[in-house]
Amino acid sequence: MPETPRRPASNLPPLSLHIPEPRYRPGDTPDFGDIEVPAVEATPRPSEATRPDAMRELSYGLVRVLDFDGQAKGQWDPKLSPERLRTMLRNMMLTRAFDDRMFRAQRQGKTSFYMKCTGEEATSVASTMAIDRTDMVFPSYRQQGILITRDYPLIQMMNQIYSNRGDHLLGRQLPIMYSAPEHGFFSVSGNLATQYPQAVGWAMASASKGDSRIATVWCGEGSSAEGDFHSALTFATVYNAPVIFNVVNNQWAISSFSGFAGGERTTFAARAVGYGIAGLRIDGNDPLAVYAATQWAADRARTNNGPTLIEHFTYRSEGHSTSDDPSAYRAADEATAWPLGDPIARLRQHLETIGEWNAERHEAQAKELDDLVKTTQKQSEKLGILGHGMHQPFETMFEDVFEEMPWHLKEQCDQMLAEQEAKFGPNWKPE
Amino acid sequence: MMTGETKTMNMIEAINSAMDVMLGRDDKMVVMGEDVGFFGGVFRATAGLQKKHGKTRVFDTPINECGIIGVAVGMGAYGLRPVPEIQFADYIYPGLDQLVSEAARLRYRSAADFICPMTVRTPFGGGIFGGQTHSQSPESIMTHICGVKTVIPSNPYDAKGLLIAAIEDNDPVVFLEPKRIYNGPFSGYYDRPVEPWSKHDASAVPEDYYRIELGKAATVREGEALTILAYGTMVHVTKTIVEEMGIDAEIIDLRTLLPLDIEAIETSVKKTGRCLIIHEATRTSGFGAELAALVQERCFYHLEAPVERVTGFDTPYPHSLEWAYFPGPVRIATALTKILKD
Repeated sequence: MPETPRRPASNLPPLSLHIPEPRYRPGDTPDFGDIEVPAVEATPRPSEATRPDAMRELSYGLVRVLDFDGQAKGQWDPKLSPERLRTMLRNMMLTRAFDDRMFRAQRQGKTSFYMKCTGEEATSVASTMAIDRTDMVFPSYRQQGILITRDYPLIQMMNQIYSNRGDHLLGRQLPIMYSAPEHGFFSVSGNLATQYPQAVGWAMASASKGDSRIATVWCGEGSSAEGDFHSALTFATVYNAPVIFNVVNNQWAISSFSGFAGGERTTFAARAVGYGIAGLRIDGNDPLAVYAATQWAADRARTNNGPTLIEHFTYRSEGHSTSDDPSAYRAADEATAWPLGDPIARLRQHLETIGEWNAERHEAQAKELDDLVKTTQKQSEKLGILGHGMHQPFETMFEDVFEEMPWHLKEQCDQMLAEQEAKFGPNWKPE
Repeated sequence: MMTGETKTMNMIEAINSAMDVMLGRDDKMVVMGEDVGFFGGVFRATAGLQKKHGKTRVFDTPINECGIIGVAVGMGAYGLRPVPEIQFADYIYPGLDQLVSEAARLRYRSAADFICPMTVRTPFGGGIFGGQTHSQSPESIMTHICGVKTVIPSNPYDAKGLLIAAIEDNDPVVFLEPKRIYNGPFSGYYDRPVEPWSKHDASAVPEDYYRIELGKAATVREGEALTILAYGTMVHVTKTIVEEMGIDAEIIDLRTLLPLDIEAIETSVKKTGRCLIIHEATRTSGFGAELAALVQERCFYHLEAPVERVTGFDTPYPHSLEWAYFPGPVRIATALTKILKD
């Protein structure tokens, strides 16, 4: 490198490096007035077989169904029955009640870690309702709404969060890294976007076997910067894989705003354009838009019309995780200033507007769900909480590294058991 | 173990035959990788397989190793048995996160809810003027990943039997193919004509199914003077030098590096009292370091000389100076002389 920078050969100003900076920091008053929110009726719904290059504008627009008066309108309205809408509301409310209770449990020292999805409930709940139960989901870490929508037992989720005796993952995984094959839910990785090419592989396998099942996969806008994301889109377009890519653009990746994933220059749905994949940018806080877009993409995939990338434009109302403090890097009231509201409040307003719900029922349901979560929590805590007693036999540490344990792991297991015996005495057994 | 007719095969043909047999036996198996389909692979290992088994079973992929391994993990989760090829072991690094954090960890992290029955085939090693990006030996990186098995055959018979066992294994296996000996065993003398496999006993390969259990070493030559641990190309180089020098060495071809056949190593070293480890990979933190540690931990009171290593140097694989890098006859002979004198 030269000792002094090379001077411009002309009268051009010197080059300057752009470091993205979010518009609002702690102490600022956020104003999202410049976010373009097109009218609900403004967005056409093309046929599911439309060529990607004939529907590019949908990657830059915003698919909406619910207007801010609680009316469902436009071509994308999935016209769900009141019963379905109430189920959707219940699933979102249960997800939030679960989150609140587990967040508190972490603060009470009952587990090491938790991640809420507050404000993003629609993205996982409504999209899961729009696919078949047998379709395979490759989640990231903030899709607890999928398990709840597929009626995965809450106690199993809690047991995993507590790493207790009931945790079928034997306490091996960080809390919330669930695995539920019977519910079509792939094992959550802690590494980001690795599930992206895996979902494509699953979808390719399904297609190659003449199956009818499709795959859906999730990541955040931040992890869309990973190479795996781009590997996945390349494979998906090459093999026309029956897969739905979900990018939850909740604006923040821990403390890095979406600009560090390229969000200042284009939309995340527009990543699809260069790959020749259908892209939909949708209001992720509008549960009916999420449902409609996912249904469109699922129909497209199931009819051999290929993959879709859906950007769920939403906002992460809470911290990244229990280990995060968002007040240190972003304006305090961004969530309330967010122009697209809260998904639970919006669906409730819609149901009330069409005369299928009221405040009394809402409060009763909130209490019922809160009680359900509390009761389940008590049952789960009977099986132990993290850091209070041992819940798994020590030798499980060495199991499942391989199908059969090789000699070197057997030797190391014996060593570890001898260490425990030296520590706790010969008669010690896990609780 | 052998069934049916045998045929004279080189290593490429034996590897091809293993995949052909398994594609026929298991409709869940798929072969994929760069150029493996219509063309049959840059080394011809998959020649004819697409034509015989169909495009959805044997197909080309984008040039994207992260994608190849990641997609294979997903296929495994579906219930398929993927056998991806990474065109050169030097290219495996973009796929390493999918291998280390995903393939190798899936069974453990999901308590066997999901498994990864994948075999990654990849040619490795130098001696073909491949320069630094077509010559590396990354086996110790693989053995350092808990949850992956590492297999290296040294002849056609073993290559087919081990590859079949790897494909049938329900855990991820990295199957490293020593490309210098694809077409014939290598004496270590690059200036001598290449001997074809047809002159070697191990080129008689059954055409049908057979397997060689993973984790079992083979004794290539019995002897009393010292134990030599080697694998892949170096098995043949070692044998040539030992025979030239008239040394009564016991040569053990490890065949599987992980899980390792520790019994075979221990038995032999305790018998001979001397141990020389030979590999082509770079020296520092190479697999030889692991072997040396294991031998001194288990056989210290039987050793009559320090454990020695003959390896490649800790430099990138040089193009024009390839044969100065390669642990060839001079380096091996020097080490043999020293260890027998000690």
